[in-house]
Amino acid sequence: MFRLEVRTSTPAWFNLALPLLAIGATLVLCSGLIALAGAGVLEAYGVMFTASLGDSYAITETMVRAAPMIFTGLAVAVAFRAKFWNIGAEGQLLAGAVASCFVGAIPMPGPLAMVLMAMAGAAAGAAVALVPATLRVKFKVDDVVSSLLLNSVIYYALMALIEGPWKDSFSGYPISPPIEDSANFPVLLEGTRLHLGVVVALLTAPLIWFLIVRTTLGFRIRVTGENPEAARYGGINVERVLISTALLSGTLAGLAGVGEVGGVHFQVMSDISPGYGYSGIVVAMLARLNPLGVVPAAIFLAAVMTGAEAMSRATGVPAFLSDVIQGTALLAMLVALLFTAYRIRRVGAAR
Amino acid sequence: MSAVFEQIFQVGFLAAIIRIATPLAFATLGEMFSERAGVLNLGIEGTMLLSAMTGFTAASLSGSLWLGVLAAVLTGMLMGALHALFTVVLGLSQHVCGIGVTLFSSGLAYFLYRLIFGQQSVPPNIKGFQTLPIPVLSDIPVLGPAVFNQFALVYMAILAIPLAAFVLYRTPWGLSVRMVGENPRAADSAGVSVIATRFQAVVLGGALMGLAGAFLSMAQFNAFTFGVVSGRGWVAIALVVFGRWDPWRSAGAALLFAFVDALQLRMQASGLGHIPYEAFLMLPFIFTIVAMAVMSRNAVAPSALLKPFRREER
Repeated sequence: MFRLEVRTSTPAWFNLALPLLAIGATLVLCSGLIALAGAGVLEAYGVMFTASLGDSYAITETMVRAAPMIFTGLAVAVAFRAKFWNIGAEGQLLAGAVASCFVGAIPMPGPLAMVLMAMAGAAAGAAVALVPATLRVKFKVDDVVSSLLLNSVIYYALMALIEGPWKDSFSGYPISPPIEDSANFPVLLEGTRLHLGVVVALLTAPLIWFLIVRTTLGFRIRVTGENPEAARYGGINVERVLISTALLSGTLAGLAGVGEVGGVHFQVMSDISPGYGYSGIVVAMLARLNPLGVVPAAIFLAAVMTGAEAMSRATGVPAFLSDVIQGTALLAMLVALLFTAYRIRRVGAAR
Repeated sequence: MSAVFEQIFQVGFLAAIIRIATPLAFATLGEMFSERAGVLNLGIEGTMLLSAMTGFTAASLSGSLWLGVLAAVLTGMLMGALHALFTVVLGLSQHVCGIGVTLFSSGLAYFLYRLIFGQQSVPPNIKGFQTLPIPVLSDIPVLGPAVFNQFALVYMAILAIPLAAFVLYRTPWGLSVRMVGENPRAADSAGVSVIATRFQAVVLGGALMGLAGAFLSMAQFNAFTFGVVSGRGWVAIALVVFGRWDPWRSAGAALLFAFVDALQLRMQASGLGHIPYEAFLMLPFIFTIVAMAVMSRNAVAPSALLKPFRREER
């Protein structure tokens, strides 16, 4: 006989095993859709892998796509650590993109422009994240709903800009004017799109890990998330920690938007983010809220997105498979997390 | 000012408000049932999209619109059951699961639609629901043509509001729903199955979200496009809060939002507006966030919202 038991601690190898289990289950479940589309499952996944990680160019494309999700993944991971339920990374990303586009369009020396773009984008993201955090701290407003609804507010504000004052008067397209050429992030490998922002994203992850694991603020964030009562008892100002967490989280999400403007699109349009803010939630959960885990999780999702288009061309399976994989991976990971709370124990048949 | 009043009391304008309000009313009532039982369903946006797709597909392949509606409702119930399985039975976090359900079902909707219909330059469409004038009532001046010369699904939405209020406030099951949303521990002591009641409420909510999706792809647009829902699910989340988790107020909120939306469409069409139309579309979200801050003093949200229930944990 088997029995469910409450677990008191989880072994370290779970951090690796659970995401792998979830990803494995996801690929098995989604192979049904590939078969439904009349393609070979191994062939489709094979093309997906080759086109996203098979050669150096493919890897750079995957990394370019991973960068915004590293940032939004970190944003969500930091917020969720403090149990600040930031569902608003999407809106914070858009705010960061708009602010950095404003700054990037001003003529000035390139390096200065890039630094100011990053600062403006970070500040805009942080300002947006401050709203649900303040409402929660001051008015006890549920942060899940308020941060989610803000996404729509920011999206319509962006639309008003690109269909109003920013509209291209020549073509009539709803796109912002491009940023200055000198403000374009330098490409690191000739013939690819691998830009400076990707490296910044990769370096930010260990930085945030250090902050969470080794600094006082990180300690306060973790204690506030794990046990706010104990945190308060221990003299931690929980409200202030929540506000700091929101500022940090919004900063990171805002930087995701900066990278997309400075390194990929060089302007703002309505579909500048294909839901990178929501993907950040998937990334953070797959990473078990560990900043270092965010990097491989983001690369996995980016590889799926990059590979899906090539898979679609080669096998005829719709590229939307990548969206299904993303959703399934999140749900599978949530189920896998049950293993951290419970264990299945074999008990004697006779009592 | 008088020009604005003339616009408002035009029959076509009133009819447009009712039509815009219909999918929102379905979706809002659906989300309300779920939340009254203590389960926030952020899967609503994807559930509506997938329902719009399955409904459109079933109608397009079978030639029967009502079969399409049935498919949409069943899809909504299925996605509701999925969300309930994760959040109610397994007790996983509601907001993350909801985002997961939305990502999964939107992805599945796009995938299956592309698989069934292929990539076409002009999206396929169907002959959607036609208006169904109600004899005698539709002859009432102004109100008649605006309210009683509508699609059958509109009448269903109008009837769904008192029905939802009746079920929630006047039936034993509605009492159970409110109990498990307010105080699941007490409900459990009183012999109400918290898990079963919550599961049923989320599935019922899913059915209503399915009707919302059906209306969009089979009465309003008569086609499935990737933007067929475009945030209406999130609007419903806002309207439930704005309507204070009450069927009448929630439906009223849907009507109010539809009025604002219809007004901005008119102003855009007439070239009258110097205010960008996005400002109007933002309003329900901003109003709701402000309302949440104001209302927080007198807590009206179901107390157990977002809290999973496990019998053995105290």
